Amino acid sequence: MSHVDVVVTGLGATTPLGGDVASTWDAMLAGRSGVGPLTQEWAGQLPVRIAAQLAVEPSEVLDRVKLRRLDRSEAIALIAAQQAWADSGLADSGLDPERLGASVGSGIGGALTLLAQDDILEASGPRRVSPHTIPMLMPNGPAAWVGLELGAQAGVHSVASACATGAEAIALGLDMIRSGRADVVVAGGTEAVIHPLPIAGFSSMRAMSTRNDEPEQASRPWDKGRDGFVLGEGAGILVLERADHAAARGAHVYARLAGAGITSDGYDIVQPHPEGAGAIRAIAKAIADADVAKADIVHVNAHATSTPVGDLAEIKALHRALGDHPVLTATKSMTGHLLGAAGALESIATILTIRDGVIPPTINLDDPDDGLDMDVAANKVRHLDVPAALNNSFGFGGHNVALVFTRP
Amino acid sequence: MTRDEITSGLAEILEEVAGVNPDDVAEGKSFTDDLDVDSLSMVEVVVAAEEKFGVKIPDNEVQNLKTVGDAVSFIEAQS
Repeated sequence: MSHVDVVVTGLGATTPLGGDVASTWDAMLAGRSGVGPLTQEWAGQLPVRIAAQLAVEPSEVLDRVKLRRLDRSEAIALIAAQQAWADSGLADSGLDPERLGASVGSGIGGALTLLAQDDILEASGPRRVSPHTIPMLMPNGPAAWVGLELGAQAGVHSVASACATGAEAIALGLDMIRSGRADVVVAGGTEAVIHPLPIAGFSSMRAMSTRNDEPEQASRPWDKGRDGFVLGEGAGILVLERADHAAARGAHVYARLAGAGITSDGYDIVQPHPEGAGAIRAIAKAIADADVAKADIVHVNAHATSTPVGDLAEIKALHRALGDHPVLTATKSMTGHLLGAAGALESIATILTIRDGVIPPTINLDDPDDGLDMDVAANKVRHLDVPAALNNSFGFGGHNVALVFTRP
Repeated sequence: MTRDEITSGLAEILEEVAGVNPDDVAEGKSFTDDLDVDSLSMVEVVVAAEEKFGVKIPDNEVQNLKTVGDAVSFIEAQS
């Protein structure tokens, strides 16, 4: 099937490793962990007292009055989108706003606002609840603010598919351009829920690492000693553009977004399908959609969150869907798990791997699980020519999203 | 409390809530047209003013407070 070509012309991010894409990428290549102790008073009572918090606070970037109206997840989406937009060079290009769309999702939404305003309601009564509460906590808030900032009029969408959100938002952006609804889509994910309630919830599921005394070693995908994921916060945004539109304005192109595959397990609300059936189908669909051969996919930025079951299920799925030739990495070993932003941040890492020919390391992979029978860039960067790569994202609810990026 | 004191108290609130430069706040200024205070920020201003000046500003009164001077007069009469 032939498609309109879609390319990536701008990147933006604010993450536990850095306040922008360049500093985040440098930290990844240096194998640095963004995980640290939670020193807030509320953390003392929690079984999990570590997280990957933002390297740069939004208050260092946005002015105080603007921040009063923004949930933290909205603020960082806006910061990442501003960076991506500036990077794309579209600001003064004369782009028709009716041809510009946005697709930005979050896994959990404005939970920090919801919880803070509930505290105010309980303590001081309904009149003290901020009039900005609803636009701050609504799940479409980040997409709406990004769309507003850039004047997007081709449609503003907010995907929610838990930890697959960022990748699915990018896949939706691809659809918007291919179907002719937009020429440019600002797409990605955001998440900021480092708060005792979400931590307690994940922790009650026994999904999180409790390696509280060694924060930097806590996120260890595929290592025998892994004991759950580490919560991270951040945002990643890509500017997707119709290839001929980008070419006509002489834009710098990072990579092609060649294809996407989306499936649902229909199996369990939180457990992945034991044979990885949904993941296998998503990968196969992405490869077919991208019109590349399995052999061309020489690198996979895996979902691998550092949970005992999920990490190996993905390996099985990759074997079945691709074979055993790709070199894998799990950048969550450094960034923690950014939930709804993970797929977007990992797409950025995948794109920069293609650009630079270097795979960032999976840190803390000291004692590989016996079930890990594929090649991983363990603890050190791997230099490799990568013409095409895959990025996987899976989410609670049985969401599977695979994206294929190729060299432009 | 004098009218000037109420005006400067309102200026502090407007700076905090809506980023308005205190030097721009004067009795003749319209909240929406001159100071760019939108409807949601106006709600915040009212709640903060009730707290600061120990008054009650009913919702049906807020629409009559077009200018800083209108608000000063209302607060002056209440306190």
